Amino acid sequence: MYGGGNTFEGIKTDSLAQEDPAKLAEFEARIARGEKIEPTDWMPQLYRKQLIRMIEQHAHSEIIGALPEGTWITRAPGFKRKMSLMAKVQDEVGHAQLLYSAAETLGKSREQMIDDLITGKSKYSNIFNYPTFTWADCCFISWLVDAGAIVNQIANAKGSYGPYCRALDRICAEESFHLKYGHHCVIYLATGTPKQRAMFQEALNRWWPPMMHFFGPSDKISVHTEVLMRWKVKMGTNDDMRNQFLDMYVPKILELGFTIPDPKLKKNPDTGRWDYTEPDWEEFKRVINGDGPCNKERLEVRRIAEERGRWVREALKSPKTAYVTPLA
Amino acid sequence: MKSLDPRVNRLPVPGSPGQIAPKAPLDQFGSFEVFVQPKEGKPFQHEGIVHAPNLEMAFVLAKEAFTRRFLCTSLYVTDTRDVFVSPTTEGEHNAYDLIGEASSDQPKESYEIYHLPRRGKQHIHAGTVEAGSPQEAMWVARQTLNDKQVFNIWAVRSAAIRRTKPEEANLWQTLPDKKFRDASDYKGGDKLKEFLERRHA
Repeated sequence: MYGGGNTFEGIKTDSLAQEDPAKLAEFEARIARGEKIEPTDWMPQLYRKQLIRMIEQHAHSEIIGALPEGTWITRAPGFKRKMSLMAKVQDEVGHAQLLYSAAETLGKSREQMIDDLITGKSKYSNIFNYPTFTWADCCFISWLVDAGAIVNQIANAKGSYGPYCRALDRICAEESFHLKYGHHCVIYLATGTPKQRAMFQEALNRWWPPMMHFFGPSDKISVHTEVLMRWKVKMGTNDDMRNQFLDMYVPKILELGFTIPDPKLKKNPDTGRWDYTEPDWEEFKRVINGDGPCNKERLEVRRIAEERGRWVREALKSPKTAYVTPLA
Repeated sequence: MKSLDPRVNRLPVPGSPGQIAPKAPLDQFGSFEVFVQPKEGKPFQHEGIVHAPNLEMAFVLAKEAFTRRFLCTSLYVTDTRDVFVSPTTEGEHNAYDLIGEASSDQPKESYEIYHLPRRGKQHIHAGTVEAGSPQEAMWVARQTLNDKQVFNIWAVRSAAIRRTKPEEANLWQTLPDKKFRDASDYKGGDKLKEFLERRHA
């Protein structure tokens, strides 16, 4: 489970003006009643567009997120860790399959999404543009990046689009072991030799800034955000999600005797929210736009897989089946 | 490409970075709907889709994608194009009220009928009817399976379904042995407790 900090397209002010007001009112009333929207229901163009974008980004994040962990399978310490990590990475790729299917019900074909990932047209979670130097980096992802994603996903599972919610319910259920596995790995490093402890501390220092970026910049509470939240496309502000993550995991990190590399990080007793050093959003933007340590490698690995798989697809292709939009 | 992973450095590099050779329009596999029976005696329910080059591969991929983690007793797949779909209703409206009378002079065969009992949930297998066309199958189902409100109905010719064969029933037998996929297999509590006691001592 890897999604987080989605970027949404800006709304043109007139983008709702062309919609039939009666249908729009009916659509909004259904969401307000807590009912799900299904693929065959009427929906505003803007809803369809933003959902495709969000679900597609989430699916790409699962695929790309499998790379920095997958690279450690052969070097995971011991047979048991290898089995666990392999199963986890397989789950993540499976989650991408579920999410692509959900996005497809909105009318974008899977091949189009895969091509858009490779050419850089679609985005994925920025955090996977950073490298996993050591086993401890891999453990950081398994425990804390997954934890951050779970915060987002549990919120999104209560959204309004039926197929996405159903995919997320299944994903959340399958995640049950990932977080426990990640925590288990970190407990072993924390209670191990001084070298093991230092290794995790270094990983924590490296990954903390991207982890804070993970939830995205503070939302400007614009008409845009307000519409997306009313339609239950976006289920909470980025700051809400970040706070929830800090609430749940800062105590667990400190309990293990590690230091979080942010002297300003503490819970504000007056607001009940966390104070922290403002993450470097310039770096975030730079990396999202392609200038991160691993952007090129991540996309190249995907592209090479796609090119090398071409003959397999050719060999299997049959005129007896055809791509059609999935039903639900 | 310079990677920390030597296997990535060894990858052959076909084509050119950042570009993907154009594909023929819709150069992609067909769509197949996947149904799973979670327990003996429970109805099959719709779980999602896979893309595959044929029904047989769809079954293999569905097994991996949908029954890798949770126990089930059986699985089947059908081509999405073989699913006949009723209109979707809402509120108090029963989808069966929109099914018109239909008859067919084609030979009768079995059709599987699926109901959507609640919006936002999955389609669930409701029963089997005999009919000469999917339209007729829906009409027969309206007479025989229409016992409570549903929001959508699917009809699939039974012969178009790739079911789990008897010799495949053991596909899921080893699933409970794969403890590494179970959260309960990761008990770090004792180690953590001992560590905390040491720290606070």
